[in-house]
Amino acid sequence: MSILFVLVPLSLALVVLGGWAFFWAVGNGQFDELDTASWDVLHEEDESHDA
Amino acid sequence: MSRCFHCHEPLAGSEITARIDGRDEPVCCPGCRAVVELIGASGLADYYRHRTAAAARPAANATEWQAFGAPEVARTFVTGSGNEQSAVLDIDGLHCSACAWLIDRTLRRRSGIVDVSINAATGRGQVRWNADATTLIDILETIARLGYRPAPVAAGEVEERRRHERHLGLKRLMVSAFGMMQVMMFAVADYTARLGGETIDPVMLRYFTLVSLLVATPVLFYAGAPFLASALQSLRARAISMDVPASLALVLAYGASVLNGLRGSGEVYFDSVTMFVFFLTLGRWVQMTVRHRTLDATGALAKQLPTLAHRVCGQGIEDVPLAALTKDDCVLVRAGELVPADGQLLDAAAELNEALLTGESLPVRRQRGDPLTAGTINAGQPLRLKVTATGEQTVLARLAGLLQEAAARKPATARAADRAAAVFLWLVLAGAASTCAAWLWIDPARAFSATLAVLVVACPCAFAIASPAAVSAAIARLARQGLLVTRPEALESLAQVHRFVFDKTGTLTQGRVQLKQTTPLANLDEERCLEIAASLEAASEHPLARAFRTSAPCAVADEVQVLAGLGIEGCVGGKRYRIGRRAWASGSVSLASEDESADATGTLVWLGNGNRALAVFELADPVRREAATAVTALQRLGIDSTLVSGDRAATVAAVASACGIARYMARCSPEEKVRIIRDMETDGLATAMVGDGLNDAPVLGAARVSIAMGAGTVLAQASADMVLIADDLTVLPRSVALARRMLAIARQNLNWAMLYNLSCLPLAACGFIPPWGAALGMSLSSILVILNAARLLPPHQARSAAAETLPPRTEPRYA
Repeated sequence: MSILFVLVPLSLALVVLGGWAFFWAVGNGQFDELDTASWDVLHEEDESHDA
Repeated sequence: MSRCFHCHEPLAGSEITARIDGRDEPVCCPGCRAVVELIGASGLADYYRHRTAAAARPAANATEWQAFGAPEVARTFVTGSGNEQSAVLDIDGLHCSACAWLIDRTLRRRSGIVDVSINAATGRGQVRWNADATTLIDILETIARLGYRPAPVAAGEVEERRRHERHLGLKRLMVSAFGMMQVMMFAVADYTARLGGETIDPVMLRYFTLVSLLVATPVLFYAGAPFLASALQSLRARAISMDVPASLALVLAYGASVLNGLRGSGEVYFDSVTMFVFFLTLGRWVQMTVRHRTLDATGALAKQLPTLAHRVCGQGIEDVPLAALTKDDCVLVRAGELVPADGQLLDAAAELNEALLTGESLPVRRQRGDPLTAGTINAGQPLRLKVTATGEQTVLARLAGLLQEAAARKPATARAADRAAAVFLWLVLAGAASTCAAWLWIDPARAFSATLAVLVVACPCAFAIASPAAVSAAIARLARQGLLVTRPEALESLAQVHRFVFDKTGTLTQGRVQLKQTTPLANLDEERCLEIAASLEAASEHPLARAFRTSAPCAVADEVQVLAGLGIEGCVGGKRYRIGRRAWASGSVSLASEDESADATGTLVWLGNGNRALAVFELADPVRREAATAVTALQRLGIDSTLVSGDRAATVAAVASACGIARYMARCSPEEKVRIIRDMETDGLATAMVGDGLNDAPVLGAARVSIAMGAGTVLAQASADMVLIADDLTVLPRSVALARRMLAIARQNLNWAMLYNLSCLPLAACGFIPPWGAALGMSLSSILVILNAARLLPPHQARSAAAETLPPRTEPRYA
């Protein structure tokens, strides 16, 4: 069971990492507008069309 | 009648087609065709597959964007350092999320664009670009070519604050959620052991406790900061708010847990603390998103002003953005254009469409020196004005601000709830104190946990979310149906209305004048009469003139003179004609007044040559097809409808009978309308007013609930409680039914929350509920409340009640 002394800090480190990533995403405006990205998935890139 | 593939407007005889995806689709005008083919050429035809609303018809006149290149102008709108620049744009014509996607995709394909973020719900977008590769003008032109109307804005303060609040709310929610999950992991280990009658190795237990302490600390002091701060504030003000008992419980539990944790013995409550903080934060977040749904009135107003103004200076006329105008500038407003700022008329006379202010689309005459208002339309010859106020200082902006403030007042029910809450909270504190005292007498060891349990159980968290959760869900559902709620408090009133009062033009009628009948009176046949009329009317921006427009190109008459109050005179095919009032056009001195016409219920326009009447045209505004159905549906809900209008009795009576409305009042001035509504409200029954020219604050304030039509004036929309975005009156009875359901569910929630609190309080006081049980129970009851409110959501919408939905928006028309 002493492995927990290593695992628990490890999981906390992961949580902190996840938290930091989330904070970055919020600050970067990733959560400001969630709908355009969902339409992108439905769109099929047609190779013959170019801007 | 078939409709344009792009904008869904009636084709009206247009034979233009656009090619997309290998098909030929009918469109109504060259502008639509250009947009369709551009979308096809960019490979974005998926837009038509996925859009949920019709696109806006592109404007006929192209705007010159060059003025935005000037450095002092750019500084107002563009921010950024070094190579990367960014700007916030307000884009008009965004009707659904597919539009946002279309603009997003089209922009990204241009070189130099770093990032695009368009929000279809707010109509705002942010673009970041590399200054070396592209410019603001390029971006604006690209969006305009797709048929939308972009306008750069100096990012508003209110928006910034809201955005910041949203971000902070999300961060706090996540911190408390992560923290709660981590701490619960350790706590579950302990509980599982206890259930099995064993205990964890004391070293391990101590370890878990210390780690829980580490995790719970940021949860309490970061995510829980708003509650602690608010409680401190109210204590200092010697008042008591909902946050006081909650904060007390949190601080006590946390403090005791820290002490016990460091000491190494005794109960710790970190799991209760984090769970409690999480659900409090969740409730607060739901309330915030409901609050953020209110439309910014000044934002809606800015959309109504032109982007550029024609400033007259020494060298001639230059186009400048609105922001560059200053007091005493001389500005030219061409025929049909919007007045860009408040000012004084410099010409001898002018005709203006002041529908923005009064709802009346018939032009008003103004003399030299008369004040002109920003947002009104020049309905006559080009005019010049001297600027007296711009932007935020205009009459319009200040009026919108006042209305917004008036709306922020809390409704009576909320204030009563606040008072009741204060009483309840004092009782709670008293109860907790007596519990503590009682236990210290009986068995001191259990005093702390019992008091804690009482404080936690008594927290009216579920009570606080009960109403906002239901309101939030109802608003989301209504937005999808086509009714945009700008004041959530009005929903409750909507559920209680007994009467609907309708305006006529634009509300029960389509708001579009159409040619109903042509009667030739002399030797010219009908077709020729129509041709002459169309040529004459082509020069006018008058709403009645639009009825004569056909898609067939017609020559504009020569030597056109628009005479205010009389009509239009011009030369067609070498002969002079007049169209307008009877006496002037036909030269007849008939004693019959214009108003009297036995069966004509529309407006009569006469064509003549000054001596003889050649034809008479009857123009009418058709009643909406679904109006009668809507009125019947309202009746089935127990709601009476009344029609109140300023128009002639014959017209009003015809419309009323077409809709099935028994009571109607014609020839009402705005003051009379207010009086009528006030009289209705005196007998205690709530009234809802539906209209599009609802610009007078008194008329709005008089009715309990005000609903503006989506195609109505912008000021009406900004000051009304709700906006009917969908072009369908039957949304109204459905919305009333939904509002009633919402009220019922909110009441269920409140009852449940109260039942839970009251029944668990004695149990907690007697020590039957451990603190973690109290936190769990409170959490479960909050979840139950939210799930109950979710019943209001549309069936396929599995997202949370606070998620934003996207209503299609129509552009305001004037008619």
